Amino acid sequence: MFKIIEKKELNPTVTFMKVSAPRVAAKAQAGQFVILRVDENGERIPLTVAGYDRDRGTVDIIFQIVGATTEKLNALAEGDNIHDFVGPLGRPTEIEGLSKVAVVGGGVGCAIALPVARALKDAGCEVHSVVGFRNRDLVILEEEFRDVSAKMKIMTDDGSYGEKGLVTDALRSLIESGEQYDRVIAIGPLVMMKFVCRLTEEFGIPTVVSMNPIMIDGTGMCGGCRLTVDGKMKFACVDGPDFDGHKVDFDEAMKRSSVYKDFEKHAREETCRLLKGGNANA
Amino acid sequence: MPNMRNTKNEMPSQAPDVRNKNFDEVALGYTETMALDEAARCLNCKNSPCVTGCPVNINIPAFIKKTAEGDYEGAYGVIAESSSLPAVCGRVCPQETQCESKCVRGIKGEPVGIGRLERFVADRHRKNGSVAAERPTPNGHKVAVVGSGPAGLTCAGALGKLGYDVTVFEALHTPGGVLVYGIPEFRLPKAIVAEEIDQMKELGVVFETNTVVGRTLSVDDLFDDGYEAVFIGTGAGLPRFMGIPGENLNGVFSANEFLTRINLMKAYKGDGDTPVMHPRRVAVVGGGNVAMDAARCAKRLGAEEVYIVYRRSENELPARAEEVEHAKEEGIIFRLLSNPVEILESENMFVGGIKCVRMELGEPDASGRRRPVAVEGSEFVIDVDAVIMAIGTSPNPLIKSTTEGLDTERWGGIITNDEGLTTRTAVWAGGDAVTGAATVILAMGAGKTAAESIDRYIKERG
Ligand SMILES: Cc1cc2nc3c(=O)[nH]c(=O)nc-3n(C[C@H](O)[C@H](O)[C@H](O)COP(=O)(O)OP(=O)(O)OC[C@H]3O[C@@H](n4cnc5c(N)ncnc54)[C@H](O)[C@@H]3O)c2cc1C
Ligand SMILES: Cc1cc2nc3c(=O)[nH]c(=O)nc-3n(C[C@H](O)[C@H](O)[C@H](O)COP(=O)(O)OP(=O)(O)OC[C@H]3O[C@@H](n4cnc5c(N)ncnc54)[C@H](O)[C@@H]3O)c2cc1C
Ligand code: SF4
Ligand code: FES
Repeated sequence: MFKIIEKKELNPTVTFMKVSAPRVAAKAQAGQFVILRVDENGERIPLTVAGYDRDRGTVDIIFQIVGATTEKLNALAEGDNIHDFVGPLGRPTEIEGLSKVAVVGGGVGCAIALPVARALKDAGCEVHSVVGFRNRDLVILEEEFRDVSAKMKIMTDDGSYGEKGLVTDALRSLIESGEQYDRVIAIGPLVMMKFVCRLTEEFGIPTVVSMNPIMIDGTGMCGGCRLTVDGKMKFACVDGPDFDGHKVDFDEAMKRSSVYKDFEKHAREETCRLLKGGNANA
Repeated sequence: MPNMRNTKNEMPSQAPDVRNKNFDEVALGYTETMALDEAARCLNCKNSPCVTGCPVNINIPAFIKKTAEGDYEGAYGVIAESSSLPAVCGRVCPQETQCESKCVRGIKGEPVGIGRLERFVADRHRKNGSVAAERPTPNGHKVAVVGSGPAGLTCAGALGKLGYDVTVFEALHTPGGVLVYGIPEFRLPKAIVAEEIDQMKELGVVFETNTVVGRTLSVDDLFDDGYEAVFIGTGAGLPRFMGIPGENLNGVFSANEFLTRINLMKAYKGDGDTPVMHPRRVAVVGGGNVAMDAARCAKRLGAEEVYIVYRRSENELPARAEEVEHAKEEGIIFRLLSNPVEILESENMFVGGIKCVRMELGEPDASGRRRPVAVEGSEFVIDVDAVIMAIGTSPNPLIKSTTEGLDTERWGGIITNDEGLTTRTAVWAGGDAVTGAATVILAMGAGKTAAESIDRYIKERG
């Protein structure tokens, strides 16, 4: 059992939790993830390690409520326990030897991008952050990104905050204004990563993306997380989650992520019904 | 006087067209009358050829004799001297190629139903409430076991009985290895595995689930934490794919994924949150136990047509004979001498069919089996909406890549000597992690051998 030490709402659909998991905290590095199960019958879902405190033995997770499991997780309160919490899984993001990097985050992908940006800064790298959200209400982690970034751009689809436009617009203008990046690290929805990669390919900038396919075990046992990179089959949980974005088959990955769509929709409706029912009785 | 009937007592089972719609156990087990009758078929041979066929040398005539006398606890005691998981092995061992293949009664008729008797004795022992194992006096030495499949469990149990302070580290959230995530409920009820694990806990063995060695902890960390020896029983869990076009379509699964969703994640009970596809028509590629299990699970989830696609012929099917038999009775269709060449897409990345080519058996290959060769121009398509790949697994490279001095074969198997000692001091290994995908009983045997070696090593060090 893994106790929730702290919980806060970052925006109406994104929640932060600090979880007591000393062994994970002792080993975690930026770019790695955990797999958790909320309860005895729960699904195993992967979430990135958004931060850790080795001394206190805690690990931070930031998750968007998108379906049944994240809904259930969000229903837990400070002091409650998460049934299973295993990690750190996957390979850490490579940060050594980089002197200037653009970190591009989209939506909840910012939660995954933040620890990477932080690790880069700690390693002495100049970080430029480009973060995008649909609108003002969904903006998360703004302060945290400012703390680690030499330059920062916030984009919203509707212009209700920061600049109006897509992260690719902002990235293009940075590059065209003469910024020279050793690398771009893009983390967010698959479409966003795909278009960032298209852009950086144009300029020949090496680009790393963090893939988030459906996973079960996270140890290489099921092959459910497989994707095609450079024409070869890779397992995201052990070979990734970071890959060379110019070599990832995004179209395939997008289709694979929708395999259980109908089931998920139904499960979420069920969970909402149950959770609401529970509240009504309380 | 022995019972000279030439046939075994049949195993009472659920009717095929009933059981292929539920996940309850297929074989129901002998009644006492059947067991006594079957035990009386044993000639109690002096040279006991059956024992030579048993990878852990269970004293088979002795346990059968006690069974015939009605001394079931005595019989259990005999088996327990050599095997730590009788209720499991009685259900899943390939007896027809082991003990029963050597049985004298098999020359003229059917061999003695050794496996069925083993299961009877083990189930009897379970039902009569086994006396809680007495906790041995702790000897003050710590041993770490990595992986909780049959190899790890056996090693942990054997050392626990000797008074070692044993901790088992398991990556998944439930211990048991393939026994819980792979082999389905209808062949091996999960409650049996859970009972075995509870008994080990009573012995004092500690289980730490959610711990991936190589990530959460390294082998070096274990030594730093005061463990004097480490046993690696991490199995061969990495699924292979064929490398044919279409393998990443939606609806193509490794058998591990499909079975894990059903078993470990409880789709079979209908009360897990984890989704599993309920395909209408399925092709399962492969001919081993894993393929049979995947096919029979698909049927139970309601698939109308389930095919086994295997490139050799019936004689070469590596699955236990009983599983093949059961699969056929349940309506699984066998497309033998057929090899997939491509998985076809319907729309939007879902599977629409599987294109295969017919095979012929040619000259024997390195394994002594006749090599299948494709017949040119013989392509045909089976109309399916899901494909399950059950063509083998190999050891996971995670521990090797994070443990210095641990050598493996090129294909990933950990290199050990006869006692299971690896190339790294104080690290033993056994089971599928060493041999590649094999059997429960071999994994158990390796766990036991290693435990004995670990005990000697620690005693010598003092
Ligand atoms: C390595 C990795 C790191 C991730 N990090 C984060 C993070 O830090 N914050 C965050 O909000 N999300 C993260 N995700 C995505 C997160 O795992 C999914 O949002 C979550 O599983 C949804 O579960 P659900 O039951 O609430 O929603 P569902 O309704 O089940 O699914 C919604 C969508 O989530 C995806 N999904 C569903 N089940 C799984 C699964 N078992 N594994 C992976 N994806 C699944 C599917 O694409 C699906 O369309 C990460 C995913 C991966 C693979
Ligand atoms: C579907 C299926 C059906 C089968 N049917 C039969 C049958 O009928 N008869 C038969 O005799 N055999 C059968 N087998 C084969 C048999 O199950 C295996 O040979 C046996 O389980 C091997 O035991 P093991 O202890 O070596 O490994 P496993 O049972 O594979 O257990 C290894 C354990 O180690 C864990 N692990 C892996 N890596 C790590 C790590 N880094 N850190 C911590 N833990 C880790 C895994 O999660 C797993 O729990 C079947 C196999 C499958 C898949
Ligand atoms: S070979 Fe057969 S008959 Fe002889 S002792 Fe063994 S089980 Fe009994
Ligand atoms: S999640 Fe199972 S292999 Fe990656």
